[in-house]
Amino acid sequence: MAVASPETAIRTSRITRAFIYLFLLLFALFYLLPFGIMLINSVKPLSEITGGNMIALPRDWTIQPWLSAWSTAQIGVEPTGLRPYFINSLMMAIPAVILSTVVGALNGYVLTKWRFRGDTIIFGLLLFSCFIPFQIVLIPMARILGILQIAGTTPGLILVHFVYGIGFTTLYFRNYYAAFPTELVRAAQIDGAGFFQIFWRIMLPSSGPIIAVSFIWQFTNIWNDFLFGASFASGDAAPMTVALNNLVNSSTGVREYNVHFAGAIMAAAPTLLVYIVAGRYFVRGLMAGSVKG
Amino acid sequence: MAATTDTGADFRTRLQTWLPKLVLSPSLAIMLVFVYGFIAFTIYLSFTDSRMLPSFGWVGWENYDRLFRIREWNVALTNLAIFASLYIVISTAIGLSLAIFLDQKIRGEGVLRPIFLYPMALSFIVTGTAWKWFLDPAIGLENTMHLWGWESFTFGWIKDREMAIYTVVIAAVWQSSGFVMAMFLAGLRGIDNEILKAAQIDGASNWNLYRRIILPQLRPAFLSAFVILSHLAIKSYDLVIALTGGGPGNATALPATFMYSYTFTRNQMGIGASSAVIMLMTIAAIMVPYLYAELKEKK
Amino acid sequence: MTMMKKLHMTAAVVALSTTAVAAQEVEVLHWWTSGGEAAAVGTLRDTLASGGVGWLDMPVAGGGGSDAMTVLRARVTAGDPPTAVQMLGFSIQDWAAEGALANLDALAAEQGWADVVPAALQRFSTYDGSWVAAPVNVHSTNWVWANTALMAELGISQPTTWEEFVAAMEAAEAAGHIALAHGGQAWQDATIFDSMVMGVGGPEFYQAAMVDLDPEALGSDTMVEVFNRMATLRGFVDDNFSGRDWNLATAMVINGDALFQIMGDWAKGEFVNAGLTAGNEFTCFRVPGTEGTVTFNSDQFAMFNVTDPEAQAAQLAMASAVMSPEFQVAFNLVKGSVPARTDIPSDQFDMCGQMGMAQLAEAAAAGTLFGSMAHGHANPPSVQNAMYDVITAHFNGEYDAATAAAELVTAVEIAQ
Repeated sequence: MAVASPETAIRTSRITRAFIYLFLLLFALFYLLPFGIMLINSVKPLSEITGGNMIALPRDWTIQPWLSAWSTAQIGVEPTGLRPYFINSLMMAIPAVILSTVVGALNGYVLTKWRFRGDTIIFGLLLFSCFIPFQIVLIPMARILGILQIAGTTPGLILVHFVYGIGFTTLYFRNYYAAFPTELVRAAQIDGAGFFQIFWRIMLPSSGPIIAVSFIWQFTNIWNDFLFGASFASGDAAPMTVALNNLVNSSTGVREYNVHFAGAIMAAAPTLLVYIVAGRYFVRGLMAGSVKG
Repeated sequence: MAATTDTGADFRTRLQTWLPKLVLSPSLAIMLVFVYGFIAFTIYLSFTDSRMLPSFGWVGWENYDRLFRIREWNVALTNLAIFASLYIVISTAIGLSLAIFLDQKIRGEGVLRPIFLYPMALSFIVTGTAWKWFLDPAIGLENTMHLWGWESFTFGWIKDREMAIYTVVIAAVWQSSGFVMAMFLAGLRGIDNEILKAAQIDGASNWNLYRRIILPQLRPAFLSAFVILSHLAIKSYDLVIALTGGGPGNATALPATFMYSYTFTRNQMGIGASSAVIMLMTIAAIMVPYLYAELKEKK
Repeated sequence: MTMMKKLHMTAAVVALSTTAVAAQEVEVLHWWTSGGEAAAVGTLRDTLASGGVGWLDMPVAGGGGSDAMTVLRARVTAGDPPTAVQMLGFSIQDWAAEGALANLDALAAEQGWADVVPAALQRFSTYDGSWVAAPVNVHSTNWVWANTALMAELGISQPTTWEEFVAAMEAAEAAGHIALAHGGQAWQDATIFDSMVMGVGGPEFYQAAMVDLDPEALGSDTMVEVFNRMATLRGFVDDNFSGRDWNLATAMVINGDALFQIMGDWAKGEFVNAGLTAGNEFTCFRVPGTEGTVTFNSDQFAMFNVTDPEAQAAQLAMASAVMSPEFQVAFNLVKGSVPARTDIPSDQFDMCGQMGMAQLAEAAAAGTLFGSMAHGHANPPSVQNAMYDVITAHFNGEYDAATAAAELVTAVEIAQ
């Protein structure tokens, strides 16, 4: 890949530029709107929400909904707030992300630098796993988790997310490593470096952007998953999304929308943080990896 | 290197040749069980009389026969056709426009980019309520416009059987068009500027520059966007549940919601499995040619 | 604090993964996840705790319990069922048919459950003559909730016939109010449909169409008339009804925006929470045409097969606590429903509660107590949801009444 300068050489007139800025700002507004609604309403007292305009700014600011959602809101019979489930989600997401990224990186490395007969077929088989509707795996998966004696636990969930993440991570790393000069690997081989040595010394140090992509993608998917979390982890092991759903779906009683929104933002905070912190690697990683033909 | 007399080194060389396959094999084994095994199991279930739990009484094609007699399934398929085509086209168009515009040495790109991208980070369990409010005529956009004095403004699609599916499109486009933008942006940044400069010197207009040179070079990005968007469209579930619950009536049911409902709510696992098989076949019909072309090219 | 939590969690994980469930503990799957309901379940937990039985909470909200049922399937398939599961109607029978439920006969005989639980409920709590579930409450679903101030203002007295009911709603509409508060969700449409079937056709027709699923009844002129009434009701509902939650519809009656709501007795909790009292600011009466009959649904705790003797003991302790008069009163006061036992004095309940208890006993004696189709107590989930499809499509204007009746016959046939 030729190293292109980061921006195009296209010149545009002043009017065109004004139009472009307007267009971009309008869309920024469109993207921010739902989150804005949540944020505004999470700092309003409930009476202002039920009786007023949802887009208006609060007349009385309050952080009570946030405190309530975090530590005192009723989730099931326990008034624990979302705090313990937040920790569950972290304990589930971090190992699953790391495992699937490591395995994806190794797979990508083998599939591009140690090619053998039938490797593309194997890649195709791995890749197709990205596209199965997850609803169909619930019942057989439950049986297998039961046999492995990890049904209803965090380790069980880690396994599930690991398994269904391999396809994506392999795809990302394979496409990234495909652009990596194979000559370097061959040269290292001639110098006597082994399989893992090459991976560790040569491939990994230049894998930053794609690790970011894989991490962002996996973390977002795993953190936001509801279906597996609800089905395979129960009670004390439930992840954040399941607890949030329990908080929001009250079947009777007053709906505390402000608490719900505060809880929803908390549930979204880690993924937002990941996007903001690691986001600039994202485009860079995609650039070098997954969009190349 | 050629120390064939030394058995230790021999073992090591052989290990080196086997190691790549050894590293790959656990992934392959996992896939064979957890993906292909489960798919085979689902296909088998679709020919059985399973209701609440899997059971193994063979009924042949009966589930498929019933499936296509159920009106809601046809509604779901029609909806998917409308939803998927609009969603893919609009997301691609918006994503591409944003990418092209962002690529014009824009001030504040670093701020705008994460704003465009962040919806992909949120699940609809989180944003569903906000969207529902915004689209609800009584408390959302319509009401706000009325309060601001624009009395004749109406926006009640979410309550309208004919239009509700389009609100699902809006929310879905909101979620993933930023991601598509990132893919196109990455593609644009990868284009060699020298070619563009040469073309400009030859007097090509901006429009022609994009049409003749840049867009053709973005072909891989188009393909990736198409694949990712189409699989998101077929798997769309949370979105519909959070936004409309499939309503008004069953006007916004999609195959994924249909399948979940038949398998887990209605205790008709056989029919649910047969709808899953149809979905899988649809996905395969899109994916297999793509994968084939994509992987063959690489050789 | 966090450390303790972690320890606690690890302990739970270990306990589960070795399948040796901690001594004397019940794991309870339910969808009463917030507000008053959760607090009501909390009283059950406290009762058990005082008897040395621990409570492992497993709430799964959403979809009126359907998400919880999905989770249950995963747990049973994994060979690790919860001790007790909140369950409705036919689901209990389905699980019992799978052989997944425990036998509570000894306890039931000792405490004489058969004498105090109405036969119509026992139809769901027992399978093959054996007790498999402990009923918590009875909700009746053919209620109208009305704003009394609005009724007075419009000069409406309590309607007793369909014609009076329609006239009252016309009066409300003429005065610029919303006549009927309703949320456009399939189960809510079906809830009012139940009452229309009962009101137009009477108990025999309800039995034939909703329970026996007789195609002739389903496609009859009577059914066409039922759909005509549904269309009439639709005319009294505001245009913004689609997808509205039932409690928001109740709020419309509370605020005086709307005159009536047809809803189960859980709606009462909303009025009470808003500081209103039955008989004063709001009132309740049976859907005109359905007087003398009760359509019900009943929350029950189905008890799953557990093998560990300690767990079995805990399970029996829980069943016993659920059936105790104290819990039945405490829970139902909060929930708005009436106790599943008919031998409980009604003096602690408000006007609507007392009416409900008396009418339940009468209907049970007269044989006019029927399971609600909308709430899974008349036919299996597959049929129930197939009916939902047709009812909600008609209510949203996709079919006319005659087509809807014909579609109902087809949909039920495919679902069976």
